[in-house]
Amino acid sequence: MTAAESSIVLVHGEEELLRGRAVSAAVAGARRSDPDCDVRELAAAALAPGELFDLLSPSLFGSTRVVAITDAHEAGKDIVGQLLDYARDQLPEIVLVVVHPGGARNKALVDGLRAAGARVVPCPRLTRADERLSFVRSEVRSHGGTIDAAAAAALLDAVGSDLRELAATCGQLVSDTGGRVDLATVQRYHRGRAEVSGFSVADRAVVGDRAGALEALRWALSVGVPHVVVADALADGVRSVGQVASAGRASTAELARALGMPPWKLERARKQARGWSERGLHRAMAVVADLNAEVKGTVADPSYALERAIRLLAEAHAEPAGRR
Amino acid sequence: MTTATPAGVWADVVGQPETVATLRAASAAAARIVDGSGSGGMTHSWLFTGPAGSGRSVAARAFAAALQCPRGGCGECADCHTVHAGTHADVHVVVPEGLWIGVKEMRALVRTAARRPSAGRWQVVIVEDADRLTEGAANALLKAVEEPPARTVFLLCAPSTHPDDVPLTLRSRCRVVPLRVPDAAAVAEVLVRRDGIDPAQAAWAAGASQGHVGRARWLARDEQARIRRKAVLDIPLSLRTLADCFAAADELVSSAREEAQTLSRERDEPEAEALRVALGAGGTGKGAAAASRGSAAQLRDLEKRQKLRATRAQRDALDRALVDLAGFYRDALAARSGAAVRLWHSDRDTDVRRLARGLTAEGLLRRLDAVLAARLALELNVKPLVAIEAMTVRLRLP
Repeated sequence: MTAAESSIVLVHGEEELLRGRAVSAAVAGARRSDPDCDVRELAAAALAPGELFDLLSPSLFGSTRVVAITDAHEAGKDIVGQLLDYARDQLPEIVLVVVHPGGARNKALVDGLRAAGARVVPCPRLTRADERLSFVRSEVRSHGGTIDAAAAAALLDAVGSDLRELAATCGQLVSDTGGRVDLATVQRYHRGRAEVSGFSVADRAVVGDRAGALEALRWALSVGVPHVVVADALADGVRSVGQVASAGRASTAELARALGMPPWKLERARKQARGWSERGLHRAMAVVADLNAEVKGTVADPSYALERAIRLLAEAHAEPAGRR
Repeated sequence: MTTATPAGVWADVVGQPETVATLRAASAAAARIVDGSGSGGMTHSWLFTGPAGSGRSVAARAFAAALQCPRGGCGECADCHTVHAGTHADVHVVVPEGLWIGVKEMRALVRTAARRPSAGRWQVVIVEDADRLTEGAANALLKAVEEPPARTVFLLCAPSTHPDDVPLTLRSRCRVVPLRVPDAAAVAEVLVRRDGIDPAQAAWAAGASQGHVGRARWLARDEQARIRRKAVLDIPLSLRTLADCFAAADELVSSAREEAQTLSRERDEPEAEALRVALGAGGTGKGAAAASRGSAAQLRDLEKRQKLRATRAQRDALDRALVDLAGFYRDALAARSGAAVRLWHSDRDTDVRRLARGLTAEGLLRRLDAVLAARLALELNVKPLVAIEAMTVRLRLP
């Protein structure tokens, strides 16, 4: 897959794994057309201008050469200048790969190469859950296996969002199972959750799910979420529910503005507010306020304080409506 | 006591005749030590205690002036004036701008305290808010207080001698001067005499501020302060629904933040500008650029200190509001029990009685407790909004 028109490849984006893959793909492409080609990979910051000039000059023996410049955002002014000069007057036997991790630094280089007709390989960070899900599926497929949706979701829960880890796990799973990866297989090799935030604890605690909240709390503490962060998330969860429950029936947009809450959070708090009585909310607010002091040093064991607060929140949630 | 208002530097020490007598005697003894005609009767470390607004730091400053003044605190000589203005070479005042006085600051102060007085009388170190000393800072200070140089006097100020406020080790090495809350008449008198405030206004402000001289002056002079106080005292009768509780909490916290921001706006930018100029910003000519190199770190440092100060200002503002609120419930409780005592918020008499009619004595006491619990929570570093919301929910009317 050598570039037909331009022999410059611009690898651009935040995701490190994808950048590395794009470089490997470019090198592999060059190797296919010339197995003896010369491959040089250099960090831009360590590059002397003379060195680059040498690398980008025609070879005496006419062999193909791949020059990969990594971390192009750290390149000095003269290196950038040279690369742009070369882009205007390129040699067919040299494949130049410029790797830029996104961001504003040396943006002129990115724009210049793009304008010069370089082949751009975008490597954006996968931020949405469904993007990561499809990454897992395509990853398994590329190893020659299949994975169903439930298994992919379980894998994401257990491994987290680091693409490099996900890719390695997918490869391992395919080679362990011989191709068919299902939920049981994932659960056999992976347990637990890699990423639990204070909010995942709070979301369960404010709907009265004691067991779920306690489980999430244990995970959160074991992956190192600070006690104070969990306590703040609980306080925030309870007060959002309280605010929404007491606000009456305005439209979502109107209420979001009045309470200074983003609409998605408001919607979620509305759902969570079902099942709370005012009396229960009063108790819950006292619980989270006490908890806030407790995790900041008034008790000997903040982990226990959190557990106790979750139990008390579940009790408050079960409190029947009635006179205070 | 019925003696006339004390003269000289003692005039500012409001409503504390016994204390003034003690300090006067001590400064006279100190003067005898200075001229060599006698020894004894003077102590090297003092601890001024009393509730907020009782004038701990004012008393300490007056005593410092009396020590430096050759005439025992006439209030007119250069020594008295410079102590009052905070520019006397031998009087060092530590006022914490953030929430704490750190060990670094205290060590530097102890070094200064070890010097001989430059004007030949006393080297005076005043630590306002000694309750904000960190443990390390208190220990650093203890070393100096234990074995003070011959002519050095330490004056510490703290709300009480409770070990939470002042470490036992420091307290046991100090002579304690307890100050009491000055009565309203004395405060009003000072407002009229010193600040030229209209007597009726002064009497009202003195009553409303529960003997806190600084707060009384602020209430008497600043329209904004009066508006804030009214908003705070409107809260108890307004809490009918849960939404009201959230609204009231939001208002309390955001008005405290605003108050702190107003203060920051007035001080931060001029300070930063002065520092930039001192570091050579805006200079031209040879070497100007080199001179300003490395100044970013100092500016960052200043910003950090300013942020600490803003945090403290916000917390202080919130605390003042809570004290007003606690006073309101106290008044209602007094009114309900039919006790013949003067109300703190006597101008809100009808509201106080309305609240007293609507709640049981137990209910009032519970609410008073809730306010005090919120003060404690703020001191423990609980997020202001969380603590205040928990409080307003407990204050809600049945």
